[in-house]
Amino acid sequence: MSESKYRQKILILYLGNASLNSEVVGWSLYDGTTDDEADIIDNEELPYKSVLAAMRDGWRVIGIPTINSPLIGREHKTDYLQFEFVLEKMELIDE
Amino acid sequence: MNKTDLLDSVTMAKFVSNGYLRFDEIIPKDLCEESKEAIALGEMDAYDKVGAPFYSLWEHSAMGKIFRLTTVRAIIESLLGPNPQYDHHYIHNKKAHTNDTDSLHQDGTYDTRDFGFDLLICFFPDDVSEKMGGTLVVPGSHFRKVNSGAIGRYQNIVGQQQLVCKAGTILFMHSNLWHSGRSNHSDNDRLLFKLRLNPTVEQVRLWNTEDINDSEILTILGERMPWHSGEQRLENINRIRLWRYMIGDPTPDFTTDKLWGTKLDDMPKVIYQDSVRSLDMKDSVVSE
Repeated sequence: MSESKYRQKILILYLGNASLNSEVVGWSLYDGTTDDEADIIDNEELPYKSVLAAMRDGWRVIGIPTINSPLIGREHKTDYLQFEFVLEKMELIDE
Repeated sequence: MNKTDLLDSVTMAKFVSNGYLRFDEIIPKDLCEESKEAIALGEMDAYDKVGAPFYSLWEHSAMGKIFRLTTVRAIIESLLGPNPQYDHHYIHNKKAHTNDTDSLHQDGTYDTRDFGFDLLICFFPDDVSEKMGGTLVVPGSHFRKVNSGAIGRYQNIVGQQQLVCKAGTILFMHSNLWHSGRSNHSDNDRLLFKLRLNPTVEQVRLWNTEDINDSEILTILGERMPWHSGEQRLENINRIRLWRYMIGDPTPDFTTDKLWGTKLDDMPKVIYQDSVRSLDMKDSVVSE
């Protein structure tokens, strides 16, 4: 077991384009500070308008998507959400 | 089937744009009760033969009565044709006070068809309240072919719709529409009867096309969805491609202020060969 008293929260924000200031179109939260069973409906409110707004609230950006060219023949196809930014907060837990 | 019983073009355009149609309380309450009794007795537990002509099944059962109602059959025929085949069915019974974790998904693995699609039919025999965590769909996600649960990490998407409805409501979904269940925090179980059907004909002009030139269609095909954001133009192209396939004509003049489809088709083929090829219809419905 880790002796660290800090635990990680991961917030994933999906943006409309590659700019950290573009609008959030999707989001997910994984909370490592609690052993309680997570329920998505506790996280249904839009948390931030952009990654930049989250940074100004203390979230650290730890993952930025690369911008890729589409495969030839798939220029007009869409599939997964492209602009996935991963943010973290480390929080001190109660013992 | 009378032509006037079928869906009209405006409604079909909404299906192409959103990826689903919702019909509230389309099933009479007595048939809802009858279907619940049949489910409780285990009459619908066993799968039927994959690929069987659908209307050869369930002839004398409550569920058979429901899917033979003229209103329901007309919707199915408009989307899949008169003789769809059975793929599978499943009874989802979400127990009271149970959580659901990340479960956004697309049924099946990557769909390799260019335009053809199956139909997921979700029938709710009971009222579904907000606390019951009814089926959640992401409108406009049906062009995004993914591998089943690979999108499970997407917990919330702007514009997602969680179903709250009265008994007898049915969702008719494009088989690639992203969807999930949510936690049931109510005191009642949540019941959903899901049926997947396949087309047996090319899905071209199967509905009532009398209003095929209604100007509202272009507006519907160009509707913006906030979550598409920077990919809105690509989604518009996808809608236009599917609409052209379904009306059996690759040349409608989409002279709206958007012009996405028209512009691409106007590109000189020598220079923009790859782009033009990607817009070609590959299901061989439309001749040159």
